[in-house]
Amino acid sequence: MSAFDTLNSITMTAIDWAHLFMHFCVLSFLSVGGAISAAPDMHRYLVVENHMLSDLQFSSSITLAQVAPGPNVLFVSLMGWNIGLNSAGGIQAGWTAWCWGLFGALLCMVAIVLPSSVMMYQVSQWGHKNSQRPFVRAFKSGLAPIVIGLMLSTGWLLQRGQHTDSASSTLIASWGLTIVTALLVWKTRIHLLWLLALGALLGALGIM
Amino acid sequence: MSTPTPLNESHDPSQSAHPSHSAHSGKPGPKSRADLFISLTVLALQGFGGVLAVVQRELVERKKWLTNEEFVEQWSVAQILPGPNVVNLGVMIGQRTFGPSGALIALAGLLTFPLLILLVLAALYSGVSDQPWVQSALRGMNSVVAGLIIATALKMTSALSKNPIGIFLSAVFAVLTFSAVALLQIPLLYVLLVLGGASCVVAYRKTLALDLTRQRADEIKERA
Repeated sequence: MSAFDTLNSITMTAIDWAHLFMHFCVLSFLSVGGAISAAPDMHRYLVVENHMLSDLQFSSSITLAQVAPGPNVLFVSLMGWNIGLNSAGGIQAGWTAWCWGLFGALLCMVAIVLPSSVMMYQVSQWGHKNSQRPFVRAFKSGLAPIVIGLMLSTGWLLQRGQHTDSASSTLIASWGLTIVTALLVWKTRIHLLWLLALGALLGALGIM
Repeated sequence: MSTPTPLNESHDPSQSAHPSHSAHSGKPGPKSRADLFISLTVLALQGFGGVLAVVQRELVERKKWLTNEEFVEQWSVAQILPGPNVVNLGVMIGQRTFGPSGALIALAGLLTFPLLILLVLAALYSGVSDQPWVQSALRGMNSVVAGLIIATALKMTSALSKNPIGIFLSAVFAVLTFSAVALLQIPLLYVLLVLGGASCVVAYRKTLALDLTRQRADEIKERA
């Protein structure tokens, strides 16, 4: 059985869905620098504490959303999709699973996008008029190192999540690819799709 | 209800600091709600792993909905606030042209089709996810995506040289955040309140001090 299937039947009560919705609404307000900053907290809530997703489902949600076109925030809907599938007993449950997956995807998407958008709507004009005030500038510069720390945490969690049972040689290859990618994207203008293709190829060849 | 509020209270465009913000009939912008929806859908579908470059090219250079200065200014407001930056920017543009319904249409435009594509991709993936080679291919892409996110963090460090907090304290805050979130798994709310709060207080004090130094330097220049 693959690791993706280790968590394919969970029970989600209406209360669980409501808690999930509320948690993502709160995270929406906390997602400074984008939803990916809140990914470590989603990992804590969904994988570590409530066992709604497996580690691999968590990282594959982020990776698939990166591979597909569109805003990065859509990874959140894939997490919801996977939670829905898990709650229905996995994809093999057929139409029930599809419906729950869709429900989970929409629930998580609305929760992560709506609160911050409403806030944006309310304060965008205020922000324009006040963007030069010292405390607004201080807020922005103060959060910059925090966002950097959050991004590094996300990268680290993505890396670590896939090595629950790997041999040390694959561990080294996998970290090597991460570090090389980080340096290439940081220092060159190479297109991301090439790197993703390279990663897929190295993986399929059994090097990861 | 869909009356957009003009950004600039001044009625004389020549006197305003941002003339292009005043609600002119000839101001370039989405022609209709359908135009807004379609343009943002096209924009969103071009964004592979980061949309900033696409946004700038589409909205500023091709559509000319925003001047470059407006774009930089709006982008910085979109970044200050929580939420996905592109989504925030879309909400702002939609609001400016068509009010609340514009903001909703912008959201729908940015998210609907990419979401559908992603769900189809996820469904296709679930069909083959127990194939060992699919799993290992995904693991390889995982490593790349982890590297991409780390690179985004590294790119942001170049802006730290201009940050009033200074490189050393910035590094301290970034490392503390990483330890709290990744290693100790402390909830984000507390991390933002404590570390984010402390960092903002430091930034505020340094910003004020910096402004004061600049003011004095200007005064000395004027006297000389």
